[in-house]
Amino acid sequence: MTQIFSDLIRELAVLFLSVVSALPAIIGYVAIILLFMLAWRVIRNRLTRAQDYTSLKTVTFGDESAVISDKSASVISVVLVFVIWGAFTGSGWLPGFLHAPGPFVGEAEFVYTVEEGNGARDDAAVTVIVHRTGEVPETPEVPPGDGFAKNDVLIVQAYRTKLLRWDANDEATRNDGAKIVAINGVPLTREADVDTGFGRVALTDKGTLNFEPGKGWQMEDIWLPAPDSVWRRLLSISREGYQNVTLAEHLSYSLFRVIVGFLLGALVGIPLGYAMGLSNWFRGWFDPIVEFMRPVPPLALIPLVIIWAGIGEQGKIILLFLAALWIMAIAARAGVSGVAISKVHAAYSLGASPLQIMRHVIVPNSLPEIFTGARVAMGVCWGTVVAAELVAAEKGVGKMIVAASKFQDTDVVLMGIILIGIIGFGIDMLMRRCERWLVPWKGRI
Amino acid sequence: MSGLEIQDVSMRFDLPNGGHVQALQNVSLSIKQGEIMSVLGPSGCGKTTLLNIVAGFLAPTEGEVVLNGHRVEGPDAERGMVFQQGALFEWMSVRDNVSFGPRMAGKRAAEWRENVDHLLDVVGLQDFKEKMVYELSGGMQQRVALARCLANDPDVILMDEPLGALDALTREKMQGLVLKLWKETGKTIILITHSVEEALLLGEHLLVMAPRPGRIHREYHLPFADLGVGKDLREIKKLPDFGERREEILGMIWDMEEEIMGRSEEAA
Ligand SMILES: Nc1ncnc2c1ncn2[C@@H]1O[C@H](COP(=O)(O)OP(=O)(O)OP(=O)(O)O)[C@@H](O)[C@H]1O
Ligand SMILES: [Mg+2]
Repeated sequence: MTQIFSDLIRELAVLFLSVVSALPAIIGYVAIILLFMLAWRVIRNRLTRAQDYTSLKTVTFGDESAVISDKSASVISVVLVFVIWGAFTGSGWLPGFLHAPGPFVGEAEFVYTVEEGNGARDDAAVTVIVHRTGEVPETPEVPPGDGFAKNDVLIVQAYRTKLLRWDANDEATRNDGAKIVAINGVPLTREADVDTGFGRVALTDKGTLNFEPGKGWQMEDIWLPAPDSVWRRLLSISREGYQNVTLAEHLSYSLFRVIVGFLLGALVGIPLGYAMGLSNWFRGWFDPIVEFMRPVPPLALIPLVIIWAGIGEQGKIILLFLAALWIMAIAARAGVSGVAISKVHAAYSLGASPLQIMRHVIVPNSLPEIFTGARVAMGVCWGTVVAAELVAAEKGVGKMIVAASKFQDTDVVLMGIILIGIIGFGIDMLMRRCERWLVPWKGRI
Repeated sequence: MSGLEIQDVSMRFDLPNGGHVQALQNVSLSIKQGEIMSVLGPSGCGKTTLLNIVAGFLAPTEGEVVLNGHRVEGPDAERGMVFQQGALFEWMSVRDNVSFGPRMAGKRAAEWRENVDHLLDVVGLQDFKEKMVYELSGGMQQRVALARCLANDPDVILMDEPLGALDALTREKMQGLVLKLWKETGKTIILITHSVEEALLLGEHLLVMAPRPGRIHREYHLPFADLGVGKDLREIKKLPDFGERREEILGMIWDMEEEIMGRSEEAA
């Protein structure tokens, strides 16, 4: 127990340290937000002086109704995300001066000094060629130079390191007791690396050199690809597909599962909720089941569903059905319980039969709650389908991004995440549209 | 036998803690057909309970309610109800609300359209037929509720503080409307109110109830409702008789309230 406790404390300390190290970035970001706010205020005041109700309020701080989402802030914030993303990935969409310093690429040279066992020293130059991922530069011919140390060529890919066996062509080798004592005239030891300005040179245990070209501030493609390469990837994948499955196929499989699972969940959940809302017996019967199942996250059911139904369509649809079922049942129950008794009484006094009351009072009265539940359920289903596909699937957006992550196709992973976000947002907007159209009285009673 | 007979009705609610509330005790009362009766009384004296029993929403623990010679067993279209607020169907237009009763009875549009349009005219909502009820003001909504009740042509109309949520001016206009509709349709009306003036103006027959246990304290038969039909109600209120009655009943209710307060202070 104390072991667990101290482990957790250590984890917490590590977490705390990384938060602290992120502080400058966070503070910088907040500073940018405030800067833009002030700048926008100045610009807007120059442009117009609106006299609407809100702008005439003198008390705005603390008045919730005076707080309206500022569209300009939203636009700036989204643009800024892309600018920061582009700047730290060297995106072609941004003018070069906005780029963060990139990794060193090109040709450069450093000089190493070898000392023989007898104390004699000689210099030789190393021509370093740093190339981008995927390029294969030609190896240039360099004159060996004079003395017992001969010049070398070192070809490195950006963001990678490379060992230099400097004595491969030298007349004095490590076996003879020769060793490197300086780079560009700066002493080099096991402990002290030398910075050449375009990269670091380190001495290995075996006496060889390890060269690491300068990385700059930009992220490597496999960590974070540039927005334009994600976009290009989207275009090429939507044309050619990824791993023999088209993007449309991936997306339609995911959407198909969500829609079928959700519809089945609603089809069973809504009547179940109504039964629970209308009958003591059903309420008592299902309350323990629903109340127990509700807090179990659908993701926790994935292993069980895989055991029971395998990784085919059925398993995933069962999972989504379960994800939607409880939410819809609870929403329908709340909708029925929420009907004002005076409405039901009024309907009875007007001569309506129980069936008519069901059809004309209880069902319409529960629609707003059901729609709220449906929106939540759709969101949960969408999240669950992606997670289920991450675990086991042959097709689907989730499957696409795990497959891509195995091949380190980070651009596909990012594209998938963005698509998942856009589709989730689209589903919610669609549900809201339907809601406004079908239950216009919602929130106005 | 026509009219409404409330015969020795008692209502006792058992409470979860083992105690009970005697909401009504041996209430007997008869209301003639076409009579308008208002019910006054301090809060908690069982007015709503009595109305719910007449409407058939509650079964009394003792006694019975008889309407036109048959016993009241449950809610029925012969007894319409107008609630204080929130009993309209938000998902329907004004016209659909008003025509709800006839439509549920399976009548075709041709059968009810004329009557519904006429009632909407009477309550002054001819221009709002197609509007949704949430687009109307509180006073307009109560007029819809009235029209909805009348469209179903009940024998008895039960109203539980129908004008309670309205502002003073709208309320005054609505009082005139209730009187007018009463006279025109000849319906039996029972109306609960907290306003002594309203009870006097709208009560041909006025019931003052007393709490703990809920019972009838006094019954009055008054001329003001008849006098007020089609008149300016403010003139009625200026009558010396009206003022006297008002003071008398106000005093009565005031005493009851004092007694309740005193009793609860003793208990504390
Ligand atoms: N369902 C119930 N269960 C238990 N007690 C109830 C119930 N309904 C009413 N009562 C009690 O019966 C008594 C009469 O209630 P009722 O609602 O009829 O009063 P009221 O005269 O209409 O009051 P108000 O003027 O505030 O509307 C109250 O003491 C109330 O607490
Ligand atoms: Mg060499």
